[in-house]
Amino acid sequence: MSELKRTPLRDFHVAHGGRLVDFAGWEMPVQYRSILEEHKAVRRAAGLFDVSHMGEVDVRGPGAGRFLNHLVTNDVTKLFPGRVLYSPMCYPTGGVVDDLLVYMRGADDYFLCINAGNIDQDLAWIRTQAAGFDVTITDRSADYALLAVQGPQAAAIVQSLTGAKLGLVKYYHFSEATVAGVHCLASRTGYTGEDGFELYHAASDAPALAAALLEAGTPRGLELAGLGARDSLRLEAGYPLYGHEISADISPLTAGLGWTVKLDKGCDFIGRAALATEKQQGGARKVVFFKTGDRRIVRAETPVLDAAGAVVGRVLSGTLSPLLNEAIGSALVAAPAAGQPLAVDIRGTRLALHPVKPPFVELKRQG
Amino acid sequence: MSNIPADLRYAKSHEWLKPESDGTVTVGITDYAQNSLGDITYVQVPKVGAALKAGETFGVVESVKAASDLYAPVAGTVVAVNGALDGAPETVNRAPYTDGWMLKLKPADPAALQTLLDATAYAALVS
Repeated sequence: MSELKRTPLRDFHVAHGGRLVDFAGWEMPVQYRSILEEHKAVRRAAGLFDVSHMGEVDVRGPGAGRFLNHLVTNDVTKLFPGRVLYSPMCYPTGGVVDDLLVYMRGADDYFLCINAGNIDQDLAWIRTQAAGFDVTITDRSADYALLAVQGPQAAAIVQSLTGAKLGLVKYYHFSEATVAGVHCLASRTGYTGEDGFELYHAASDAPALAAALLEAGTPRGLELAGLGARDSLRLEAGYPLYGHEISADISPLTAGLGWTVKLDKGCDFIGRAALATEKQQGGARKVVFFKTGDRRIVRAETPVLDAAGAVVGRVLSGTLSPLLNEAIGSALVAAPAAGQPLAVDIRGTRLALHPVKPPFVELKRQG
Repeated sequence: MSNIPADLRYAKSHEWLKPESDGTVTVGITDYAQNSLGDITYVQVPKVGAALKAGETFGVVESVKAASDLYAPVAGTVVAVNGALDGAPETVNRAPYTDGWMLKLKPADPAALQTLLDATAYAALVS
């Protein structure tokens, strides 16, 4: 087995009681104290997450905008400097290579944030697709650390450490800011459904910035939060996770992310033909979200049954919602079965899946 | 470090047993087990009156991470179960040896307890 990769905060995690596990080849904290308590702290006040394992890519050059609009399904021409866009990038089949954030820093100057487990395959894909475009692709993943401060107190905590006017940075916008003396790209984005910032900064600055955020945040209820809480928060918010709700086998339309697929954006893009066909004909399968009214977790890969007990799909993600105190999850089911009564068998007990249009909980995110 | 009380008996499958003065034994899972599982979200125990064989699966403890079987350390009849865990399974994390108990058994053979690990032997197992 190859050595696990480490973020610049590995020793910080150990010093704060983080339980380190292998996540996509990275040694990352799954929890510090309790996944459920960390989850609730983020919904109640704030959480600090190390997500430095995420990949960063510079896309620069006169052809950068045109290339990105060819690469991803959402409409990159909607961006302006300081604006962020969420988008899948697809294979010609319509299956998803990865989902990512596209940052526009200036004309001909873009920045991508990609999933940690996909960095190598994404870069290979992006470089191959860039042939013929006047664009330079640079992997910056090792240069950047990334700290996410999420929760209703997040903005106040970050604001207490910077002179930048963060109130001017709206949801899915970003700004340069010096936070606790550390130069950051402060992005008002996140993966929890809460208000908050994701702070990209030089890897060498990460221990100092993490310590400053923890110190400033603790009196406001901030807790360190691991990847366990990150996953339950994103599922409660109804956000997709690559390899679960979206994958090479599950298109953004199947996953219910039609709002990110701009078939009429005025240029061809990778996967457009397949996605147009899927939209016109209707997909054969559909991702649905559910809750059960029971505390037994319905785990990924559990078969999904129809009223007659026939298998009509499988569970993609499942956890216990710490706020609802019941199992929640997502499943991929045959399109005709979506909207029909669905169930799972958990150790001999038949549990009905109650359809839910996410988010599962009311989110108080400020724009 | 795990808490391993000296006055209890232990199974290799990480259950503890406490002999009570009325001849029954109380059963739960160890501090080591609850810590390994992480946040416990569900505990399934048998009905009062169920007859368990030694080593038989008597229930399931689920955490955010995984579901694990529970094994009867000795043969016996279930005389009580901890109904409070239904609404508050996290009690097992907080107090594995007291409020987080799972069931009480009337052992088929009280001498069977002597076959289980003592605290020293269990400490060696989990170290």
